[in-house]
Amino acid sequence: MTTTTLQRMRGSTWLPFARRRAVRFLTSLWVLVTAAFLMIHLIPGDPVRESLGLAAPPDLVAARRAALGLDDPLLVQYWHYLSGLFRGEFGTSLVSGTPVATLIGDRLPATVQLAVLAFLVVVVVAVPVGVLMAVLTKGGRRRGGELAFTSSSVVLAAIPEFLLAVGLVSLLAVQLNLFPVAGNDAPGSWVLPVLALAIGPAAVLARIVRVELLAVLGNDFVRTARAKRLPARLVYLRHALPNAVTATLTLGGMMLAAMVAGTVLVENVFAWPGLGSTIVGSIQQKDYPAVQGIVLVYGAGVLLVNLVVDVVLGLLDPRSTIREA
Amino acid sequence: MRPTTGRLAVLRSPVGASSAVLLVVLVALAVFAPILWGDRAAAIDTDSLQQGPSADHLLGTDQLGRDIFYRVLVATRLTIGLALLATVIGVVTGLVLGSIPSVLPRWAARIVTSAVNIAVAFPGLLLALFFAVIFGTGTIGAVLAIAFAITPSFARLTQTLTASVSGRDFIAAARVCGVGRFRLLTRHVLPNIAEPLVINATLAAGSALTAFAGLSFLGIGVQAPSYDWGRLLGEGLNRIYITPAPALGPAVAVVLAGLAFNLFGEAAASVHRNQQRGKATAPHEPVEDRSEGGLLTVRNLHVTFPGGIRPVRGVSFTVHNGEMIGVVGESGSGKSLTALAVSRLIEHPGRVTADRLEFNGKPVQKTQDRELGTQLAMVFQDPTTSFNPTRRIGGQLAEVSEVHQGLRRRAALGKAVDRLEAVRIPEPERRAKQYPHEFSGGMRQRAMIAMGLMGEPQLVIADEPTTALDVTVQREVLKLLARIRKDRDAAVLLISHDITVVAQTCDRVLVMYAGRIVEELPTDELFTAARHPYTTALLKAVPDLDTDRDAPLAVIPGRPPEPGEIRQGCPFAPRCPLADDQCRTQEPELETFGENHRVACWKSESELAGVR
Repeated sequence: MTTTTLQRMRGSTWLPFARRRAVRFLTSLWVLVTAAFLMIHLIPGDPVRESLGLAAPPDLVAARRAALGLDDPLLVQYWHYLSGLFRGEFGTSLVSGTPVATLIGDRLPATVQLAVLAFLVVVVVAVPVGVLMAVLTKGGRRRGGELAFTSSSVVLAAIPEFLLAVGLVSLLAVQLNLFPVAGNDAPGSWVLPVLALAIGPAAVLARIVRVELLAVLGNDFVRTARAKRLPARLVYLRHALPNAVTATLTLGGMMLAAMVAGTVLVENVFAWPGLGSTIVGSIQQKDYPAVQGIVLVYGAGVLLVNLVVDVVLGLLDPRSTIREA
Repeated sequence: MRPTTGRLAVLRSPVGASSAVLLVVLVALAVFAPILWGDRAAAIDTDSLQQGPSADHLLGTDQLGRDIFYRVLVATRLTIGLALLATVIGVVTGLVLGSIPSVLPRWAARIVTSAVNIAVAFPGLLLALFFAVIFGTGTIGAVLAIAFAITPSFARLTQTLTASVSGRDFIAAARVCGVGRFRLLTRHVLPNIAEPLVINATLAAGSALTAFAGLSFLGIGVQAPSYDWGRLLGEGLNRIYITPAPALGPAVAVVLAGLAFNLFGEAAASVHRNQQRGKATAPHEPVEDRSEGGLLTVRNLHVTFPGGIRPVRGVSFTVHNGEMIGVVGESGSGKSLTALAVSRLIEHPGRVTADRLEFNGKPVQKTQDRELGTQLAMVFQDPTTSFNPTRRIGGQLAEVSEVHQGLRRRAALGKAVDRLEAVRIPEPERRAKQYPHEFSGGMRQRAMIAMGLMGEPQLVIADEPTTALDVTVQREVLKLLARIRKDRDAAVLLISHDITVVAQTCDRVLVMYAGRIVEELPTDELFTAARHPYTTALLKAVPDLDTDRDAPLAVIPGRPPEPGEIRQGCPFAPRCPLADDQCRTQEPELETFGENHRVACWKSESELAGVR
């Protein structure tokens, strides 16, 4: 291959890659918005009557329907919904009468803080543990340690976060009185929710890091690095780990997305004043505009996580911009 | 060892067996608990409201005085039943969505596929919440919500698996035979992906169970007066300050049931993957040896692997300064492992032992990394995989000097550019900034050699350096090695399966067979004085200008023994035309045969006219 074609190839892999990712993100976002819009129309029966109850006077129902614009043709409503979103309007809560945007603005930070902190804990714990286990159990060494690690991580990963939360509350908050049971006022109150959210994903990630790293360690270029007599630190961290990053990061992104959703349950256990406790209340009270808005925020958060993961992958592993064409 | 087959193999692993027992208990509870204890679980006792655990009530009582322990047992039926129902609906929908693209017109298939791809990006719980809003809070809503939350990932799995089998020969054959697309799917594709699908359905049942518990716990799943574990858990959590048992009881139930499904699925998956490993042994007794050494001195080198596998068995040779030595043999003869062993690159569980293994007069095991890293250069067979794909070529060269020679990053990179130029890579400065995948194969191999030149190599070990390259590029690489040897007075150990390559470039040849050196002789005597029947057979297998082109090409009949199956006698005896009873019972030692010539053959003194 001549140098000029190479040059062109190199410059051009990023652009189509970025374009593909942008298209995928925007398409998914559009599907999400449309799904959120349709949600209210897919509900069997009249959502207003559902939310106000069967005993509600007909004129109130009619007024509420008109206020929500439910009497307009579907496409008109869709247009209003989309243009509202562009202005940052998510509608008005049926229950409290406050704008949903305000509600989200109040509640979102607590949720984001919880998810991000838990994710950091996951990465900070799982990556070193996974690397260490890979190094220790390489080539079939320490079979017992490997078995203990694998089985405990399988068990930990199989326990859903809200059950972990209940266990943690019962043990560390109620029995030992080390941390507050609920709320997010004291610094100590962060410990249990973050742990409940982080333990399962950390177990999964540590396992993946170990398996991926072991696979990478079997590669020829690791042998080359060893033939250069690089110190073990460089062989593992500079040569092996970045090549295990693709799978780890792909999975890490999925986990972060799952953790965003996991906050819903954990927030409810700890009465955490975030979006998760709000959405459950809104679903129970049939406050559809609020549910719509919060679902949209959660969904967009997940899509954003995926986009960031893809871009970071492209930066770390130049081949991933070419692959999967 | 043969892999265990059959559907019951999963029960033979401890994890599989115990999770299977757990599943049976769960099913039994689901069937019988409501019949046996339904009344006790529903009995309202206003005298003992909200009590803690006691002998009468193992987990205490709820706000109506009902026994929580029995309620947990009775709730097994609803919990498991709903989880399985949701799983079945989800899996079936996923199967349909995942396999339907192969029978749809292309545009419709694309829509289905991309819809699945978008949906799969969202976590199941989020999907479940979304559907819970649409279907309404309550049992049916929750079942559908969880079912549709499972659907996308199952559809994706089906798609991937379908794609992986549809490339196979039997599918192509069926297609050629005119089998319709639908029939192809149901008769040929689905049966072949059934096993991973079933395993994943088991795992999905586990997550459906915990997700259902989550929804009920949040109050948007099962509604009173019905109750499942999630609901009991939610009720118990309100009282966790006072007594933990009412919350922990159902929590433990959910965890156990979830684990039972997950572990059973994992165990089945690992049976499916069929991993097998051997056991370790390593026999060897050292012998005293103080013969004269060279730059690289190898005496009685053994490499052993677990399971009594000995791919290298007592190899001895010496490499002197500035010498170019070839090692030839078929694949599996132990030549590459010998190269790795002398350069201290054999990893656990492989074991290296030797009476002497010295580089530059010092035991290799005790030589410092700095010395080996700068004085011993390695060139590997496949330059494509031997470079780290995520780092630039220049950096990969430079780190040798950074680590071993204390050069700063910039100076090391400068040196890397200089060395790339030395191996005649055009525009070395620009090339140094590129990634390995931007290099051609031959250029990568030259860059690999340049990497060895970052230090002051006294020995270059090149393990099949030309095998992965085009014939035209091969010669360049060989020339480059020869030039390095001349310019720097470095010794080269060239490993190749190609005796002609070795004959053209080397001073001496080591012929390896079944983990041993069977002959060592100067290259210029190779065609005239080779004594071992294996060497002569290798030479005869090379066609030249005099080869009768109407006759079939000469081959060596049979195949070399695997390292695990070497028995008594000369390993070449089964393929040797001269073999007699002695050859078949006793292994010959490598014995000096005139000057610079060693042969391990009982027949080396006999007339070899019949073979030549």
